[in-house]
Amino acid sequence: MFRLLFEKTDDAVYLSHLDLMRIFQRAFRRADILIWHSQGFSPRAYVSIALPLSVGVSSRCEILDFEIEDGSADLQALPERLNRTLPKGVRVLHAYESAVKVKHLAYLKASVTLEYDAGIPSGAVAAITSLFAGESVRIVKHGKKGEQEVDLRPLIRELTLCPVSEQELCITAIVSAQNPGLNPQLLVQAIEAYLPSFRADFARIERLEIFDEAMEVFR
Amino acid sequence: MTDQIHRILQHVQKPARYVGGEYNQIVKPRQEQDVRVAFCFPDTYEIGMSNIGMRILYGVMNGMDGVWCERVFAPWGDMEEQMRSHALPLWALESHDPVKDFDMIAFTIGYEMCYSNILNMLDLAGVPLLSSERTELQPIVFGGGICTVNPEPLADFFDFFSLGEGEESTVEILNCYRNAKKQGLDKQAFLRELSHVPGVYVPSLYTHTYHSDGTIAAITPAEGAPALVQKRIVDDLDHAYYPTKGIVPSTEIVHDRSNLELFRGCIRGCRFCQAGFCYRPIRSKSPEVLVRQAMESLEDSGNSEITLASLSTSDYRGLPELTDRLLDYCEPRKINLSLPSLRADNFSRELMLKVQKVRKSGLTFAPEAGTQRLRDAINKNVTEEEILSTCATAFSGGWNNVKLYFMLGLPTETDEDVIGIARLAEKIHHVWRETASNRKRGLSINLATAYFVPKPFTPFQWEAQITPQEYLRRVHLLQENLHLKCVDYRYHESNLSELEAVMARGDRRIGKVLLEAHRLGCRLDGWDEYFRYDLWQEAFRRADVDPAFYTTRGFADDEILPWQTIGVGVSIGFFRREREKAYRNETTPDCRTQCSACGAKCLSAGGVCDV
Repeated sequence: MFRLLFEKTDDAVYLSHLDLMRIFQRAFRRADILIWHSQGFSPRAYVSIALPLSVGVSSRCEILDFEIEDGSADLQALPERLNRTLPKGVRVLHAYESAVKVKHLAYLKASVTLEYDAGIPSGAVAAITSLFAGESVRIVKHGKKGEQEVDLRPLIRELTLCPVSEQELCITAIVSAQNPGLNPQLLVQAIEAYLPSFRADFARIERLEIFDEAMEVFR
Repeated sequence: MTDQIHRILQHVQKPARYVGGEYNQIVKPRQEQDVRVAFCFPDTYEIGMSNIGMRILYGVMNGMDGVWCERVFAPWGDMEEQMRSHALPLWALESHDPVKDFDMIAFTIGYEMCYSNILNMLDLAGVPLLSSERTELQPIVFGGGICTVNPEPLADFFDFFSLGEGEESTVEILNCYRNAKKQGLDKQAFLRELSHVPGVYVPSLYTHTYHSDGTIAAITPAEGAPALVQKRIVDDLDHAYYPTKGIVPSTEIVHDRSNLELFRGCIRGCRFCQAGFCYRPIRSKSPEVLVRQAMESLEDSGNSEITLASLSTSDYRGLPELTDRLLDYCEPRKINLSLPSLRADNFSRELMLKVQKVRKSGLTFAPEAGTQRLRDAINKNVTEEEILSTCATAFSGGWNNVKLYFMLGLPTETDEDVIGIARLAEKIHHVWRETASNRKRGLSINLATAYFVPKPFTPFQWEAQITPQEYLRRVHLLQENLHLKCVDYRYHESNLSELEAVMARGDRRIGKVLLEAHRLGCRLDGWDEYFRYDLWQEAFRRADVDPAFYTTRGFADDEILPWQTIGVGVSIGFFRREREKAYRNETTPDCRTQCSACGAKCLSAGGVCDV
């Protein structure tokens, strides 16, 4: 199986998971690489992107799996060939063969930068730190299955907090990636629910790294 | 810190359509430009990016040194709300600069129901709506596209219109503007200058006066403006610019594929069809050029589908050669070749079976009318036999669904014609029972009727539209006669088509209606979730305009038509002859069988057509 490691940053954060699949399907064609197509009534080029990102979230460590129709490719040259025609903000870092299945992707590290237009309110660092240090952080999640109460705490492996400017407070967290995973957006939602006075004017989120069960970097 | 634009993008649906950044978008250094054009499409990104005309002119303008053309689309309702509540003016996708700072603001206008979007986009940009309120040379607002064959409803808002095909005229227009800017001309002087560029119509140079009954008394040009402005055409399509390295949208659009334009114009002459007359004379591209352009477009875009776009694909002379060569390229690459607008004849049946190798597309017919008598009257040269034998071929080849499009309210239509639609569906069902290769899958017939809208520059341009009540009566008559379970019948909303008829044949007094409608909040009228007929009715009341004057009244044969200042090449005498023939249920042969002297060939160099 072939794998790409790529970034999704800048305005590319607004691309949906489906958009991104289409973008890569086209990029492979432009690079004159015929990837394996699903069989059936309406054949589609098969690409699989692990852990779909929410729209608006940037990432330094996205994984895309694909197969090539005739089974071979110049992996060394592939990132440069794809990057020539990818939209702004999508950049392939590495192309390689991998035998590690995506099911072993266990943890991810993300940053959540809270923006306070009027400056970081005093007491925010302490309050937010103690919120996530508690025994449980229960919030109501609005998902496809309707409303559901989840406890974020067991899904957080590590969490640190530090101001990065007068107005920006950055949470860096290592959280469970899947089954069940924690969408870092929920950390923002928890602050809004439990600490409304420390609600940020805006929060930007970035996925920084992915790990396997043993906390080794996943590739 | 994140700026306001990027903050609001977190709260809107499909934010990717507001940021640009796609592969092949054109970015030029701001400081080095003489003319910056904000090219607006008055509907959403998904619709606009599917438009070939816009892609052509984007390439043409950006091909000019010192000119930077950027794209602007209408925001969806949620985005508009966010923009208004944060006082963010409309921006262009490439530079994210506000539209109001551009030299020229261009609109491509292809659908009457987008007129309110034009006003709304100007308003969102912070640009005064009325041409008379914009006194400076910057920004100049202009428009083009099929709807501008009758530009009068929009005359108050636009500084000028560019009529017909823009590949060549747009360059002349932009150069004229560049010179005006260099010479420091004022807006009036520039428009006077521009009115001498062929194909340019400057509405402020014409005065319209009215009789007491509301009909037009006279249209008077001033300051040397031409009495008739003929649309422009491109003579040699093989050498005309065609975008093979176009923008590849990052997000899904309506027509997410490469397009190949085979030819312009149409040899058929269906009497209701505005495009069929307005894009004449017939000019084709050679198969060599098309194959080259197809390969270039597919290689550069990475698209997995290409469609052959023209008004009637089967009428392209080199079609067998072209499709063979395209299939040779497409099949091994798993690229789907789609051929819309095929006629229901023998040749097309073979072709249909040939192209379905990669992916099977749908089967669609537009018989438009239910009986041969009415099809003859509208000159829709398709017979029941052709439809049924094409269905037989398709059903035996495994197809099991058919789409059928009709119009209700065509001139001379009777109840018999309406019931004829139901009978045709029954016959198709019968053919399916006899020929289907797999009857277990069942048949589905999607049948849709539209409410006929008489359009300028057609033989039916004088006709009255039937009333909405009568239209709905015919809809119900058809419903009562449809007994098959496999038929899913849908009909167009009558209110929308009534409004479309007003906009299509309106005069300058409609400008006031548009302004009122905009003030009342009308926009995105082409979208069910936003169309507010009640607000439009209120706008007509406030403007003191009776829509029936433009719809059910009909225009007298000797009446001055609002679009009389515009020429599309086809003569009014031809339209009159065709109208008379319609009343006699007489067909007119296609242009290849016999030239009917429509007049359009006067536009081409050497006066030739279809060679």
